[in-house]
Amino acid sequence: MAIIRFRDRPYLRNPWSDFERMRHDMDALMRSLGGEAGPGQGAMVYPLLNIFEDSDNIYVHGEVPGVLPDDLDISVEGDTLLIKGERKSCLGGEQVSYHRREIQCGTFSRAITLPTRVNLDGVSARSVDGILSITLPKAEDVKPRQVEVKVG
Amino acid sequence: MNEKELQVQQRREVHPAGEPTKPEKHFLPAVDIYETEQAVTVVAEMPGVAREGVEISLEEGVLTLQGERCNHDAKGAVLLREYESGRYVRRFTVSEAIDQENIAATMANGVLSLVLPKVAPAKPRRIEVKGG
Repeated sequence: MAIIRFRDRPYLRNPWSDFERMRHDMDALMRSLGGEAGPGQGAMVYPLLNIFEDSDNIYVHGEVPGVLPDDLDISVEGDTLLIKGERKSCLGGEQVSYHRREIQCGTFSRAITLPTRVNLDGVSARSVDGILSITLPKAEDVKPRQVEVKVG
Repeated sequence: MNEKELQVQQRREVHPAGEPTKPEKHFLPAVDIYETEQAVTVVAEMPGVAREGVEISLEEGVLTLQGERCNHDAKGAVLLREYESGRYVRRFTVSEAIDQENIAATMANGVLSLVLPKVAPAKPRRIEVKGG
């Protein structure tokens, strides 16, 4: 099980934060030299995830082809999102002869540390066309607040 | 009970002949192909492709599977990007005689299943050698 820690969490009292930032900047520089960012980065743990955020929500998308929605088990505990599941639809019988076998079956579980606290009650998940999308509303006190500038 | 843990499969990218007009990537979907006495079944993994986005053709023994991905990407700032989206394209040469009228395809949870029924099972023909 892999745990991903986001770089942009505040490293309070972390004496290495400057080094970590430097390393991140170096990584970004190497990426920019080597063309666009390709796959192969991040933890190579099933399922592969794309994570986005806007001011209200965090969106976690994962590719889980062939996994039935009932076989997915998603839970949030504190600031950790846990995605578990099983891909069952392994076809095959006695009478078939395989020409190619590239699709795998089995179980998976992955834990991710979320970058901010979330409102646990509002978490929703759906699975459409083999893409799992989880929407996690940010906790009220971490949402950005508009501050009005007054004249005078 | 299958307790095997799933591993990430590196997605293979292909570069189709001729430059595409849209700057999108083409990937090879992972497939299972198996054969029974009646049919050849192709199962292809195309996450993000809806039923409407699939195109299948069988021409002169070349089976082409194509999948156009709907845009599932949310807006907002990217925090982590581990997979890319694009089109799925894969071609196979089918050597068996296929009953083209009865090809059936289903799409569920991002997995395409294609059943290609064989034309009446070929009977082995014995050729007798006659004495002269």
